[in-house]
Amino acid sequence: MAYSDKVIDHYTNPRNVGTLDKSSHKVGTGLVGAPECGDVMRLQIEVDDNNVITDAKFKTFGCGSAIASSSLATEWLKGKSIDDAMAIDNMDIVEELALPPVKIHCSVLAEDAIKAAINDYRVKNGLAPIELEKSHH
Amino acid sequence: MNLPIYLDNNATTPTDPRVVEAMIPYFTQKFGNAASRNHHFGWVAEEGVDYAREQVAKLIGASEKEIIFTSGATESDNLAIKGVFEMYKDKGNHIITAVTEHKAVLDACKHVEKLGGKVTYLGVKEDGLIDLAELEAAMTPETILVSIMYGNNEIGVIQPVRQIADIAHKHGALFMTDATQAVGKISVDVNRDGIDLLALSAHKMYGPKGVGALYVRRKGPRVKVTAQMDGGGHERGMRSGTLNVPGIVGLGKACEIAYNEMESEAIRLSALRDKLQSALTVLEESYVNGNVEHRLPHVANISFKYVEGEGLMMAMKDLAVSSGSACTSASLEPSYVLKSLGLSDDLAHSSIRFGLGRFTTEEEVDYAIEVTKKAVTHLRELSPLWEMFKEGIDLNSIEWAEH
Repeated sequence: MAYSDKVIDHYTNPRNVGTLDKSSHKVGTGLVGAPECGDVMRLQIEVDDNNVITDAKFKTFGCGSAIASSSLATEWLKGKSIDDAMAIDNMDIVEELALPPVKIHCSVLAEDAIKAAINDYRVKNGLAPIELEKSHH
Repeated sequence: MNLPIYLDNNATTPTDPRVVEAMIPYFTQKFGNAASRNHHFGWVAEEGVDYAREQVAKLIGASEKEIIFTSGATESDNLAIKGVFEMYKDKGNHIITAVTEHKAVLDACKHVEKLGGKVTYLGVKEDGLIDLAELEAAMTPETILVSIMYGNNEIGVIQPVRQIADIAHKHGALFMTDATQAVGKISVDVNRDGIDLLALSAHKMYGPKGVGALYVRRKGPRVKVTAQMDGGGHERGMRSGTLNVPGIVGLGKACEIAYNEMESEAIRLSALRDKLQSALTVLEESYVNGNVEHRLPHVANISFKYVEGEGLMMAMKDLAVSSGSACTSASLEPSYVLKSLGLSDDLAHSSIRFGLGRFTTEEEVDYAIEVTKKAVTHLRELSPLWEMFKEGIDLNSIEWAEH
């Protein structure tokens, strides 16, 4: 199976690889997937007082599409408000990276990681986690 | 050195130019039907087939009358298993095989089960070899066939075929072996090894695709299989269908070259393989899968923990290798062979199979070492699992969300 140029670009030059201080109350961490399934994504966001995401970092164990999906997600998250970040849909990632059907689960995982990071941030700051629909898998 | 580099010789091999050369006349000038008994064109084609039969037989220590040409090892496996099941149904209905067999064997056995047969699937030890005591214990008076592969396609381990044959024979069963990966790579001898049926394929030993053979013993005991395809009664009635003469000639030539060269080639390849393996297992948390003593000379299957195989292969873009990762196959399961060694799913996902071949050079191996090391290091920098491992976090202590 051939990869799209965008997947190759994100895979070869992944954006925002790294780790934020997960003990900080400004940082939300989402860790999704499982080693047995061959995909684990960790996505972190740093949020300022105006509910705007000022930084995002990721690390991913997975195939090229999984790495590209999380790299793209961090790019999109920076500068977005929490509400706008919540609205990111996995199909936006599929479209942007031209993922084939067998790789859609990589985009789902990235969306899950974004939401898990936001909820971690909310819980840390005394807010109730947002109820997530479990429709994907 | 030309890129990309081909290190997937267990999947298929390039056809040796000497094989191609031998085949060419059989497309245009010597194009006859080997079954045309009354004119020159038929005789010439038949001559080519007869010669190839001798070349194949010689490589495995058989007589040319014991070679049935087929379309490849998948067909040979099917013909052997289903054909024996049908032919010996009055004697019994039990077949023994192993979980690490190729799908052609496993699925033929499943078919036999649907027809009312009983099949025992032996597990393997963590080095990939079967437990002979377990085989012995599984034998029953109803057992008609033991089918265990010679060398494994994913990890390269070589089963103790002679001992397996002895156990089968002691209980009055036949011994069949899928020797697709072994023939032409290491010495295989049907008499020394006690083999009654043997499947082989041309394209795994520098011959063309679409042709293979089934060895069927004729003496001590005389083995028969029921044909699985109806037609003109070719190949002593066991395999109907006009013979693929150019393919068969190519298979014969490939066997002849292997006969002459495989001994020195095995020494060269195992030295290159060992170089690759030692250089890569220097990397932290990398493990060789399968028994390393009893192993085909050209294969190394290595797991690089905390990186995922397909992602890794993408970083090794100038290397053609294969992975046990689910992402590289149609199913979502990682390699069943690696899992049967007791490897956890994540280690199976992290495996890369390097398959060296006749045309692999030392320069290519050196390049492969550098590319692989770089790729593993790069992907570990991206891996949250590697970071956790480095921080001393036990990954089993985390509640992962299965998806």
